[in-house]
Parts: sequence; structure tokens; C-alpha cells
Amino acid sequence: MDNAENLIALLVAAPLLGAAVLLVGGRRLDRTGHWIGTALAAVSFVVAVVLFADMLGRPGDDRTLYQHLFSWIPVGGFQADIAFQLDQLSMTFVLLITGVGSLIHLYSVGYMEHDERRRRFFGYLNLFLAAMLLLVLADNYLLLYVGWEGVGLASYLLIGFWQHKPSAATAAKKAFLVNRVGDMGLSIAIMLMFTTFGTFAFGPVLGATGETSEGTLTALGLLLLLAACGKSAQVPLQSWLGDAMEGPTPVSALIHAATMVTAGVYLITRSGAIFNAAPDAQLAVVTVGAVTLLFGAIVGCAKDDIKKALAGSTMSQIGYMILAAGLGPIGYAFAIMHLVTHGFFKAGLFLGAGSVMHGMNDEVDMRKYGGLRKYMPITFVTFGLGYLAIIGFPGLSGFFSKDKIIEAAFAKGGTEGWILGGAALLGAAITAFYMTRVMLMTFFGEKRWQPDDKGELPHPHESPRTMTIPMIVLAFGSVFAGGLFSWHESFVKWLEPVTSFEHGHSPLSAATVTTATVAVMVLGVALAYLQYGRRPVPVTPPRGSLLTRAARRDLLQDDFNHVVLVRGGEHLTRSLVYVDHSLVDGVVNGTAASFGGLSGRLRKLQNGYARTYAVTMFGGTAVLIAATLLMRAV
Amino acid sequence: MSTTAVHSLWTTAAEPLDKIPAPHIEYAQLAPTLIVVGAAILGVLVEAFVPRKSRHYTQVFLAVVALTAAFAAVVGLAVGGYGTTKAHIAAMGAIAVDGPALFLQGTILLASLVAVFTFAERRLDPAAHGKRVDSFAAQAASVPGSDSEKAAVKAGFTTTEVFPLALFAVAGMLVFPAANDLLTLFIALEVFSLPLYLLCALARRKRLMSQEAAVKYFLLGAFSSAFLLFGIALLYGYAGSVSYARIADVVDGTVQTIDPALAGTMGNDALLLIGGALILTGMLFKVGAVPFHMWTPDVYQGAPTPITGFMAAATKVAAFGALLRLLYVVLPGLRWDWRPVMWAIAIVTMLGGAIVAITQTDIKRLLAYSSIAHAGFILAGVIAVTPDGVSSVLFYLLAYSFVTIGAFAVVTLVRDAGGEATHLSKWAGLGRRSPLVAAVFAVFLLAFAGIPLTSGFSGKFAVFRAAAEGGAGALVVVGVISSAIAAFFYIRVIVLMFFSEPKPEGPTVAVPSPLTTTTIAVGVAVTLVLGVAPQYFLDLAGQASVFVR
Repeated sequence: MDNAENLIALLVAAPLLGAAVLLVGGRRLDRTGHWIGTALAAVSFVVAVVLFADMLGRPGDDRTLYQHLFSWIPVGGFQADIAFQLDQLSMTFVLLITGVGSLIHLYSVGYMEHDERRRRFFGYLNLFLAAMLLLVLADNYLLLYVGWEGVGLASYLLIGFWQHKPSAATAAKKAFLVNRVGDMGLSIAIMLMFTTFGTFAFGPVLGATGETSEGTLTALGLLLLLAACGKSAQVPLQSWLGDAMEGPTPVSALIHAATMVTAGVYLITRSGAIFNAAPDAQLAVVTVGAVTLLFGAIVGCAKDDIKKALAGSTMSQIGYMILAAGLGPIGYAFAIMHLVTHGFFKAGLFLGAGSVMHGMNDEVDMRKYGGLRKYMPITFVTFGLGYLAIIGFPGLSGFFSKDKIIEAAFAKGGTEGWILGGAALLGAAITAFYMTRVMLMTFFGEKRWQPDDKGELPHPHESPRTMTIPMIVLAFGSVFAGGLFSWHESFVKWLEPVTSFEHGHSPLSAATVTTATVAVMVLGVALAYLQYGRRPVPVTPPRGSLLTRAARRDLLQDDFNHVVLVRGGEHLTRSLVYVDHSLVDGVVNGTAASFGGLSGRLRKLQNGYARTYAVTMFGGTAVLIAATLLMRAV
Repeated sequence: MSTTAVHSLWTTAAEPLDKIPAPHIEYAQLAPTLIVVGAAILGVLVEAFVPRKSRHYTQVFLAVVALTAAFAAVVGLAVGGYGTTKAHIAAMGAIAVDGPALFLQGTILLASLVAVFTFAERRLDPAAHGKRVDSFAAQAASVPGSDSEKAAVKAGFTTTEVFPLALFAVAGMLVFPAANDLLTLFIALEVFSLPLYLLCALARRKRLMSQEAAVKYFLLGAFSSAFLLFGIALLYGYAGSVSYARIADVVDGTVQTIDPALAGTMGNDALLLIGGALILTGMLFKVGAVPFHMWTPDVYQGAPTPITGFMAAATKVAAFGALLRLLYVVLPGLRWDWRPVMWAIAIVTMLGGAIVAITQTDIKRLLAYSSIAHAGFILAGVIAVTPDGVSSVLFYLLAYSFVTIGAFAVVTLVRDAGGEATHLSKWAGLGRRSPLVAAVFAVFLLAFAGIPLTSGFSGKFAVFRAAAEGGAGALVVVGVISSAIAAFFYIRVIVLMFFSEPKPEGPTVAVPSPLTTTTIAVGVAVTLVLGVAPQYFLDLAGQASVFVR
């Protein structure tokens, strides 16, 4: 197809148009708005598929497309381009975002059926997609930043969608504030880039890493990592993710599977050239990844809220991706591959969780579930397939992608390799444990249903078709995507022209790693079965060990933040406010007051008499003439 | 005396009559103006022959069609290359057809078109005696408060003459920036000023204030016209011609003598300097620069709001266009004389407008002072004396006119029992009750303040950059300081709308017809497009920045 690049803007434009129409259109669109939103997301997906087919038709190193829309007021060397770049990496994200995004739109039609602000919800969903697509399609860091902030805004609006609940409003604010910390990193990184390279565009920036000092690159890498930590909820900026569950469940699915948290992985992979040349920054990346994958997994074990358990799992799985991305060319492709497979099964799991909640009067506590497999068979099967995929059951998606990451971690070499590989293996065991726990507590065992606030016992039932169809489609992805991607290393070959790829040399053979992965997975499942399958689950949570209690409190992240950051910040602001009041305000208010006074006095000249005005004009003219003549005389 | 001698006298006297050549008029190139004038004359006939009931629709239709056709003609001329390669002077040296003229004419026509929509709005005022009425007096000639006024209101009369009047004004405005000799300039000025004086007096509500505004505007306008005319006389005395090109040649010293009768005065620099200064006075009055600005707040406040929007946008475009041509074509040889003076005027205009606006309590007066400050910003671009200066001013005028018309259109919506609620205190909490209207107004205010991603930023950036590159760095510093001061009162209105408690007896926001909605929507769209993707329009203005001489 000729001129396929002209289609790229349409990818972003379709959902953006949807957002504009739905948010500006007002109440007259209340009845059709959700279908408009879904249709425009689907349009974007169809365009993505067309572009994908077109891309496959060209040889591997000739697949990148560029579209330059316009420049925003070029000044000297400062060139702010609105331009897109579509290569294999962007294409992968675009397909995931629009595909899973469209399914989530469809699911939301059913899920938000009884919400009177449904039109607005779909407007925000479309905005979310548009921002995320802008982020992955930008051909320069400045435009990427626009998408980055757009994602932040959309997530704020969606997490706080049920703003009448104080907890939702707080969660939205928390997500926004924590993300701001990461955004600062990105904005400073972009400024540093401009001063170093004199441009924002990917090509020149990433092509010039060879001539740049390692110190600068390390600084850039660390700043980009900080940004990634914010959006991808990595330690130490992970605290917003759990609270973000206050948003409607489709939002959680969207944030966790297709958009937002994947942005950090994208940023690091896209900036691979910077990290490759800055080993210290890479070390920081793998450390963050390894710590987070364990952190998230441990938190996931202790949560009784089904969505929060899944949130812990997301954090942990993204940790795997960040870990892989930090390994350099041996890991980028696997990071993205895991990201895609994770997109399928995590979206499926969240939609399944939403379906369960839908049937259980919005109850989220798994201790009050139990025995649901008979009542919600489709949800059970699709959720179950997602479950098998995430724990890495041989043959399913998660198995292929996670196994490759663990292998690559060992291949890092030296002590580092053993530590990272060990952490990844341990993470796999814990994943198997907590996911089995979720599965058993929700679908197996005794019914532990409790009456809701109105005293009604839930009547679990299968969800409507708009909700089950997306779950079924995603289940297919959960099952087959991994195998398809690993078939003759097709995914790695696909991404290689963009991210470059090297085979890692693991001290352990691939078979050993795979066997170990499966073994720890079985171990985790068995432990969970012993604890939750064989014994009845108490409805009120037991006191638990010190670690359990800490994990229930998200490993004390909020307490830490409160003591160190909030208190510290309060002291800082108090002193700043003092300076502000005494010094800055004095100057500012003084200036303002003097201008105000001047204004009041000048205003009196305007007395309403035409004669005064005429005299002023006459005087003005006289001065004008005198000044002109004087200029000549001088 | 012999008969032959008598005969010879007779024939010599008669001979020159034969020698007057038939004027050569390029009708196609004057089409935009001719279409508008024709429609205006037709509009007068409509008043005479069309029954009262259908006059409103006929006039609106006529005005919209005429303005659209004239705009199409401008686009046609521009596409035909008259803005660049084929630019020349038409109508025996009276009218220039070149890039700046076409760009400004296009801007004026588009601005007038959206302004005419607000003239035609008839849903805002509560229906009087079962008849829909617009913003204009039922019968302009009736004394306010008199029986004849009541009778006219009861009969449901409306002053549909506003449309032909506006068209006449537009025709004058189209000629004003294109005028290539001083007499055409003066006639164009009068052609657009006189209808504006009338239009200002036509408010339906607060008629005394409206008439007061019109009288003031007329008196001061006549006063400034006198200055202009005197300046023209002096320049004629200096150069022996009213043609821009000839005057410029004499200024440059390339032509020595033209008319023996003027040998005593020709080339006398005192005449040139004083004449130039007086003509500048006339122009600066129309753009509303300090100290010739004092009519602006009173007239903006008193005039019917749709007229205020039209006047604030279109007059400013026309007047700045003429000022540009005067300074860039006639007086470039004098730039060392006029630049310092214009510097001073730009500075006092920017600061004066911004500072006095701080203490205003009426939204229309606030916008009037804001327009004064903006005149100062545009003057900064004028002073650059580079092609960039011209293109930045052209762009600024385009951006500014749509923001202005949009903002005044929003003002027409906020109403209470006494008509429009223009006192700022009544706008408190508007954002709570009418979030959309308040948000739209906020967009316009942000554009006035020059916040990025609005056209105000792009425009201000362009003129300041041109000024800085033209060696007027200090002016840019003053401009930025004035922008900061100005931001205060724009943001204050936003704070007032969104963060104050609404008053229990506050005004209501009228639901407009699609006409006003279109005006506002176009205003917002242009504001955002010129803010987000200004490059195309900057390039267009850049192409149109060369004056023909």
C-alpha cells in the first residue's frame, strides 16, 4: 500500500475525536455515546490492523513509517514537531492498546450500563487510548511527553470516576501526585536531552549516544527510570497502583493491561541506546525490576480484595518486564513479549474479576466469595485460563514469555546473574502461590457469601454477552499468544530491527531453567492448595504473621511515604511558606498594590467628558509633533 | 481681440477636457470591495421596497452572501497570485492589490461574517409583545422613554438598517488598508467611520448610554479626522502629490520637483514631519493607542455588544493595515524620525491599557482596556520595520479579531432583567451554573492573556520576536511586563467565574440560536487552531508580507 504513513495520525485521531464528541456533545449523546466511543476505538484498531498488514508486506529493515504533521513555532534550534514514527515496537503497542482497549470498551458497555455518567466514562476511556497511542507513536521525546501527561490526566479522571466516594477521589489524587514525581524525571530528562543533543527526536538523540559522556547518559538513564517507575508503578513509586483499584474495574483492566503501566517499559525499551551505553543506569533498572517483582508478589499474597491481589500481581509482572528491559539487547524483546502476553491474561483476569463483582453485588473481598465456578461458568473458564497463563503453566502464553525472562536474567552473568535469576525464579513461585489462592478462594470451596449493606444475599449469575465476549477473546490470547510468539522466535525476529537482539549465554542450560521454572510453579500451587484448598477459608482474616500484616499494608509503603516524604515535605513547605509570606509576598503584594494604586489614579483621567478626551488627544498630538521635530533636531 | 484669438482661447480652454483619459478600473481586482458596496446599496433598496416582515431575513441573507462572495473573491485574487507576483496598484494608483491588502481584507471579511451572525441573533432578548427582537433599537429616531419608542417596541419594529450600515462600514474597511493615496485613505476612513457612529447609537437597552457613546465617538472621530486631513494637506504641500509612491520618492530624494506652484513648500521637511505626525494621529486614534484611546472604553461600553465586537475586531484590522502601509510604503525613509516616537507610544499603550484595566468593574470596559493593551502589542510588531514585522502583525490581527468577536459574543449571553449583565460582580460563580459558557469565555481570556496553545500566545510570540529581531528588545521587555500585568485581570475573571460562590440573584445565561453559537464556536476553533498549529497561517502571513509600491 502506498502512503500508508498517512494513516498513522488516524490511529490517534479516532479516539481523540471520540473523546471530544462525547465530552462536548452533552446529554443528547447519553443514549448512544458508549457505542460511539466503542466504535471509534474499534476504528483505531482496524487502522492498526491495516497498517500491520502493510508493515508485514515490507522487509524487516524497511518497516518504519514516518508522518510529519506540523511543527509548532520553530525557534532557532528549538523544533517541536508533531510527528509520528511507526516501527515494529510502536506497532506492537498500537495493536495491544487498540485491540485490548476496544475489548475493554465493549465490556464497559455492559459493566457501566447502570451508571448515569456512562457517556463521560467512555469519553475518558477514548481520551486514555488517544493519549497512550500518542505516547507510543511520537517520533520525539517532547511529543511522547504530551502523551505521557495525557495518560496521567486520563488515569486521574478514570480512577476518580466515582468521585462521590472520598476514597476514589483520594486514590485519583494519589495516583496523580505519585505520577508527578516520575513526570519530573521525564521532563528533566527531556531538558537534559535538549541541552546535550540539541533535539528531541528519537533518531538523532539515540544515534548520538556514542559521542556522549557516560556520565550524561547515566543521568539520562536514571531520570528515565524515575519516569518509568512512576507510570509503571515500580518501587519506590509503586504506592498509587493498589489504591487505583477504586476506579471502575474496566479502568483497572485498561491501566494494567494495555495502557499506563506499560508506558514505563516502552520508555526504557525505546531509549535502549541510552541504557546500553550506561551500565550503571542498567544496573539500577534491573535492581528496581527485581525488587518490584518480589515486592508485588508478596503484597499479592496477603490481599483479600480480589482487585488488589491482581494489582500486586501487575506490579510484580511489570517488574519482570523492567528487569528484562534492564538486561539490554538480551532482554528487550522478551520484555515486550511478556508485556503483550501479560496484556492478554491480565486484561482477562481483571475483566473476570469485574464479572465476579458484577454478580456478587460489587463485593471485592475474596473471603466472602467461594464456590462460584458453578454459577459463572464462562467467567470461571476464562479466568482460569488467564490464571494458568500467568503462573506459567507449560504451553500457555505466560510460560513462554516468563521463562525467557528468567533465562535472560541468568544469562546476565556473574553474581548479578545468579541473584537476578534467583529473584525471578522466586517470584515465579510466589506468583503461582498467590494466584492459586485467588482462584481457590473465588471459585472453589464453600460458599462464604455475606449479605450486602441492604441485607441481601448475592445471587451470582453469568454476566451479559457484551462482558463475556471480550473475556473469551482475551482467553484465546492468554492461551495461544505465547506459543505463537515463540514459534521459530517469530516475535524476537519481528522486533530485532528496532531493539536489536543478542542471545544470552546462560550458565544454566535452557532445559534446566525451564524445569526449574515449572518446578517452582508446581511448588507454589501445591503450597497454596495445602493452605486454601484443603482447609476452610475463614471469613474474617486471621491475624497472620508479621510479614503478612506488613504485606496487607502494602509492605508499609504508605507509612514510609508518610513519615519520610509527607512529614518532611510538610516541614519544607512550612519553612517555604514562611519565606513566601514574609519575603516574596511582601514584594509581590507591594508591586501589585502599587500597580493597583496607579490604576486607580489613571482611571480618574477617564472622566467621561468628551472635552477632556479631546484635550488629551490635542495634547498627545502636540507632543507627537514636538517629539518628531525634536528627533530631527537632535 | 480677433475672433481667431477668441476661438483659440475657447479651444485651448476646451482642449484639456479632451485630454482627460477615461479612468482605467480593474473591476476584477476591486471585486471584494465592489461586491460589498453593491450589497450595501441593495440593502438600502431592501429597506425601501421589501415588506417589514421579511426584511430581517432578506438583509441577513444579503449580508452573509455578500461577505462570503467577497471573501471568495479575495481568495480568488490571492490564489491568482495578486498577493505575491502579480501585486500591483489598481484604479489609477488609488488602490493597492498586494499581499498585506488581501490578507487584511480576508481577515476583515471573515471577522465581519461571524460578527453579522451576532447582529442577526434574535433569541437572547426576551420576546417583546410576542415578537423576537435583536440587540438593536426598535426605532432609532424615537426619543428614549418616549411614547413613540413604546409604540415602536409594541409594533415589534427592529432596525434592520444595521446590515446595510455594517456593509458600508466593511466596504470602507476593505479600502482603508489598501488605499494607495491619501485622499482614498481619507474617504475610506469616513466611509467606515460614519456608519460605525450610527451603529453605536442603536442599542435596544440602555439607549441613552448608547447614544452618548455614539456622540462621543462622532465628536472625537471628527476631531481626529480633522488632524488627518490637515496632515494630508501638509504632505501634499511637501510632495506635491497625494500618491504614496510619489511622496515616498520625494522623501527618498529621488524626485525633486513636481509642481511649480508648490515650489516654495516642496521638500520642506517641517511640512513632512508635522504632516506625517498628524496622519499618524488619525491612525492611532482608530487603533486606540494611548493617548488617543480615551474614546475606547466609553464607546465599547455604550455600543450594542455585537457592534462592539465587530468594531473592536474589524476596525482594528483595517486601521493597523493602513498604519502599516503608511509607515512601510510612504515613510520608510523617515524611520529614524518616527520610530522613537512610536516606541514611546507603544510603551505607554501597552502599560496604560494593562494598568488601567486592573481596576475596571465592567466586563465591556475591561475588554476595551484589554484592546488598548493589545494595540500596544501590535505596535511593537509594527515598529520592527522588517517583513517579519509585517507578517507578525497580520497574524496577530487575524488571531485577535476572532478572540475579540467570540468574547463579546459570550458577553451578549449573560443577561439579567436589565439586559446584558456586564458588571463583573454579576459574573461571580458563572462557572458553577453554566460551565460550558464560562469555559469558553475562559479560553478567550487565556488567549487574550497569551497562554500557550491559544492563538494569543502564537500572535504575541510572533510580534515580540519580530520586534526583538528588529532591534526593539527593550520594547519586548516592556511588552512582557505588560502581559504579566494584563494576565492578572484576565485570570481574575476566570477565578471569579469558577471559584466564587454564585449570587442568588445572579444573571442567567441565555440560550442562543445557532447564529451566536456559530460565532462563538468559530472563535474557539480559530483560537485553538492558531494556538496549536499556527505554522500554516504564519507562513501564509509571511507570504503576504510584501507591500507593493
